[in-house]
Amino acid sequence: MTLDLTQFHDTFFEESFEALDTMESALLELDVGAPDPETINDIFRVAHSIKGGSATFGFGDIASFTHSLETLLDELRAGRMAVSVSISDLLLKSVDVLREMLRAVQAKLPVDAQRVADLQFDLELAIARRGGEPQSTSSSAGTETRPRGWRIRFHPYREFFARGNDPVRMLRELATLGAIEVEADATLLPALSELDPQACHLGWTIHLAGGAAEEAIREVFDWATGECDLQIERLGPWAAEERPAPDTVATLPESSEPPHANLLARGSASGISADVAAAGSIRVSVEKIDELMNTVGELVITQAMLSQLSPLLEGPGAEQLRSGLAQLERNMRELQESVMRVRMLPISFVFSRFPRMVRDLAQRLGKQIELKLTGEHTELDKTVLEKIGDPLVHLVRNCIDHGIETPEVRVAAGKPAAGTVHLDACHRGGTIAVEVGDDGAGLDRARILAKARERGLIAPSDTLSDEQVHELIFLPGFSTAEHTTDLSGRGVGMDVVRRNIKELGGTIDVRTERGRGSRFLITLPLTLAIVDGQTVAVGTETYIVPLTSIIESLQLKPEQVNRFGGRGELFAFRGQYLPVIRLHEIFGVEPRARALHQGLVVVVEGDGRRVGLFVDDLLGQQQVVIKSLETNYGRVEGVSGATILGDGSVALILDLPGLVRFASLRIAA
Amino acid sequence: MTAAKSEAPQPPAREAAGSAARQVLTFVLGDETYGVDILRVQEIRGWSAVTKIPQAPAHVLGVLNLRGSIVPIVDLRMRLALERAEYTSITVIIVLSVQSGTGRRDFGVVVDGVSDVVDVDEAEVRPPPELGTRAATDFIRGLVPVAERMLVLLDIDRLIGDAASVGVAHGEPA
Repeated sequence: MTLDLTQFHDTFFEESFEALDTMESALLELDVGAPDPETINDIFRVAHSIKGGSATFGFGDIASFTHSLETLLDELRAGRMAVSVSISDLLLKSVDVLREMLRAVQAKLPVDAQRVADLQFDLELAIARRGGEPQSTSSSAGTETRPRGWRIRFHPYREFFARGNDPVRMLRELATLGAIEVEADATLLPALSELDPQACHLGWTIHLAGGAAEEAIREVFDWATGECDLQIERLGPWAAEERPAPDTVATLPESSEPPHANLLARGSASGISADVAAAGSIRVSVEKIDELMNTVGELVITQAMLSQLSPLLEGPGAEQLRSGLAQLERNMRELQESVMRVRMLPISFVFSRFPRMVRDLAQRLGKQIELKLTGEHTELDKTVLEKIGDPLVHLVRNCIDHGIETPEVRVAAGKPAAGTVHLDACHRGGTIAVEVGDDGAGLDRARILAKARERGLIAPSDTLSDEQVHELIFLPGFSTAEHTTDLSGRGVGMDVVRRNIKELGGTIDVRTERGRGSRFLITLPLTLAIVDGQTVAVGTETYIVPLTSIIESLQLKPEQVNRFGGRGELFAFRGQYLPVIRLHEIFGVEPRARALHQGLVVVVEGDGRRVGLFVDDLLGQQQVVIKSLETNYGRVEGVSGATILGDGSVALILDLPGLVRFASLRIAA
Repeated sequence: MTAAKSEAPQPPAREAAGSAARQVLTFVLGDETYGVDILRVQEIRGWSAVTKIPQAPAHVLGVLNLRGSIVPIVDLRMRLALERAEYTSITVIIVLSVQSGTGRRDFGVVVDGVSDVVDVDEAEVRPPPELGTRAATDFIRGLVPVAERMLVLLDIDRLIGDAASVGVAHGEPA
């Protein structure tokens, strides 16, 4: 039987990319001069696990490169080399190259061999320069330094014997792996009068000499998983000398720690997902969660149907049934929320890319920048998370490029030489508020105005409030950078940022103070799977208008409506003339009201424009679960999806930007 | 409701063609009897009001909620260019599925009534005659005599496969 390894490729890539992210952030934390050995260990483990994985799957280039990287890291770990700025740069570059190699291999594209070879040469040069003889790099695997031994801390729980476990047998088995030295920890042994003869009060620390494999050691304790605290530590060559004296054993209050933490955190040889593992997580495909969500959505609808029937019930059991239904409703709501939360990820997934970016940019631009991240644990939907990354990168770049001044300018203005870029996220009601701020120069009103006039975005005679001026930066084709850099200032900027955020159903605003800095305030929905909607009626059909796009609903008087060109209808709204889109015409349904004053007009914003949607009536507001029309049907212009209402019928959700575009095409035609 | 729910297994497309006999679900449209491969049938349910879809071709009546997924409903009479009929309480929707490049797609067809499940010997299937109207014969896989009547076997891949059927006026079928 041959094992098809390709089925594991996806997992390998996914884990490796995550591991590289971990490695990158660990590298950024690394203090030059006084590195934390634990951090270096983490970095080493990542390189090691990628090397192992790539060798297993036959990605020779990656394995060979990571081997060099690992050798360098091992030198650092052993303290034979100091962590300098150039070494830290070299390591960061290696992360980039590794990421590119992995991407290339994943896409089955050729690897940029020259770049890899150059960097690998640099790595080996660095190793050689520390004075010692460089390790051979010809063989990609198997030359790793064997640990001299292991320290195993084994603390069974009280009920250990009751589960049929025998620690003595385990110790004997360990002895077959190499010479062992066992120290018992009897600190938890109660007085004889209180001693429960059936409980386990002892713990052991075992020193196992020799190069036994970690898996072999774990195997010994296989049956005790979950019934003891187990720590297995590699005693590297440098740690061997400082082996603790026997009397330190008494200071190990292990049994008070949570049962799984130790076991898992130190557990996997890979160590890459230590954070994740410590929280006790599992990897689940998004489809499975979506399926679960679908089913829960169905349950909610069924429950709503039952609730609608319950007032009609009579008879002896009716009251009990009603209270049961009320209970069901509460449980359903909790269930729905829990399932939603499964899809939520902390925003740190996005924030984590900034330390590196800010560091590189600051270096390149000769600015001093301190990055402050707060609220990284704020959770939001994975889909929103994936789409908010690029806009945020753009904003941060803008802050660094345009906002923060050079150190000289800053000092001259009486500010600290190092500028601060601050990213913050928090929950606010049903939304997420993300803020990108800097303490730089702030927006320059005069320059914005001059640029806007030059670009013909406003008339020379226009007088604008500060707020209106700040809005100008979100216009397409606007960019005030004196000279174009490769960072920002190519004129694709804030308008794209705003459009992306609007597509997610969010908003962006700017607050600024001359000389004090600017703040970009972004509001995002928690999830794209649910939308707060206004249900509107047109004829016999019901449509959902996303609440975030609604500005106002009003009833027009006949004299408020103006016509032009024989087809368009306009009405005055807050000093603007807005066109009317008759929903029944666009969607081809028979309306109850044809005259504008008989129905209602919902003023909405879509695609940056405001229009009035003409509908028969407003029905109510509710949260709706968004379902795809495209799964079984196809895309429909002006419709973003569908949802199932409480009575089990389907209602279409309006895509306002699409609808506005579609309607203007029709009017133009 | 005439909803005799039957959860059919995942349709293994045409694998069964090798064996001689296959089971066919038959239904009526007016005086005519039609049949579809039973492995493609997901569910049979009673008629209920659909939600209209804008810019849809005329034979796509709208969409229905089928246990949480949104399924388009095709009027088979219109699709086959037959005379229209009123929808009544015995009007039935047969939910069928096809495998397309993008995965499984479900759709419902409205028929006058479901009749029977019959075994059809593949050898007895005759090709459809060349009739004047191409539209109708395009979706017909063949004709089979069953109990002295003629059974029209539908090719549901063709019925749903081409963009004009369930696909949309604007853009690609998903």
